[in-house]
Amino acid sequence: MSSSGDKIKIHPLYVRIFHWINAVAMVLMIMSGWQIYNAAPLFEWLEFPSAVTLGGWLGGGIQFHFAVMWVFVTNLLIYFFVSIISGHYRRSMFPVTPQSVVSDLGKAIRGKLPHTVGTYNSVQKISYIGVIVLMLTVFLSGLVIWKSVQFQTLGLLFGGYEGARLVHFICMSLICAFIVMHLVLVAIVPSTFIPMITGWTKIKKGTDHVA
Amino acid sequence: MLLKRKAAPLVLDRTQPILNIERRMFMKQTLSLGALALLTGCDSIEDDTAVDRILKAMANWNDKAQAALFDPTKLAITYDQKDVVDPFRFNAFYDESEVVVVAEADYKLELSGMITNKASWTLERLRALPPQSQITRHICVEGWSLIGKWGGPSFGDFLRKVGADTTAKYVGFKCADNYFTSLDMSTALHPQTTMALTFNDKTIEPRNGFPFKIRVPTKLGFKNPKHVMEIFVTNDYPGGYWEDQGYNWFSGA
Repeated sequence: MSSSGDKIKIHPLYVRIFHWINAVAMVLMIMSGWQIYNAAPLFEWLEFPSAVTLGGWLGGGIQFHFAVMWVFVTNLLIYFFVSIISGHYRRSMFPVTPQSVVSDLGKAIRGKLPHTVGTYNSVQKISYIGVIVLMLTVFLSGLVIWKSVQFQTLGLLFGGYEGARLVHFICMSLICAFIVMHLVLVAIVPSTFIPMITGWTKIKKGTDHVA
Repeated sequence: MLLKRKAAPLVLDRTQPILNIERRMFMKQTLSLGALALLTGCDSIEDDTAVDRILKAMANWNDKAQAALFDPTKLAITYDQKDVVDPFRFNAFYDESEVVVVAEADYKLELSGMITNKASWTLERLRALPPQSQITRHICVEGWSLIGKWGGPSFGDFLRKVGADTTAKYVGFKCADNYFTSLDMSTALHPQTTMALTFNDKTIEPRNGFPFKIRVPTKLGFKNPKHVMEIFVTNDYPGGYWEDQGYNWFSGA
């Protein structure tokens, strides 16, 4: 840590509240979702072990899924609209170009991508934009599965009920991939963990880690 | 206890009681995990009734939200004849070998509760009512779906014909296989809710609900009772076979 102990705030309070509510809600949604999936697997070769499912049986899985969904969706939508209105997305996520993503990805693979406190590199930007889009899509496809008659117009977007089931499953899988990557990166750069709780981080000289 | 059964979905497992203790233990663990996440600082996490209370409250909330979302004039999507799956999948809380075969000659549909004309109905009289037909998607609570073609009298017209109190809250069904379920009155009166005497233009087979099944395309499959023996109208919540075990009561599509 730097001797000067300069601190800057990198995560606003609403982002931190969103992040942790979302983390818990997401885990519960995924585990209860796997329970529901097991009742009629989309793919014969894939069933989730009972150790990672929630609810004990289909009815219990549905109860958890349909209870936690209100928390997940309310939290997500508040975060999404506050981020748009506050300019958080405009400042932190954009601009991001395909060239910058490829370039930063190359650096990351070679271990030469500097971690700059308080700003996102292009790989981070595209990952966060991606996972936000995935969460919104998992919500909308979930609405169609939940109420395929009432939301039949929205359902057309996903190819109807069965299409929405598939989209819902694919989004879940990609979100799981994001979570794994997210946790691996936090393990590699552990100094990113505390700021997501306190909001503050100590800085040295602009760049402090190479990941 | 809300979460009762961990069964092979929709199949009654005769060996269930032996396995139940183990399953209860397993469920206590999974519920505790939920409790840990949801209720930090609330009741003891060993006591799963706190989670049950929350889940029950949320289930009631979900019933209200679904009733508010339900548009009594919005029709389920209809499909083409070529999409119809025939023979249709058998699905019940017991094995197909145990399908109830109701004798046509003795059959009488009984009516009770808040209905003016409670005279029973023979199959012949039901068949004389003007039929309607639909090709719609049957969606099971398990997630799978299949398209079928059902035909028979409009259930709403039938309820009005027998003088059912359509301001009552519920319509309940008792079935020959001891299954039972219930609908909210708006869904019962939905134009596509049908007393399905036929499947794909043929008399409905015992495995699919002979003498008739209440076909409700705006509900999940388990809200579509088969082998209906008695229909009653009431303001007292009638529950249902699966609903009493924890499936969401409204379960609208």
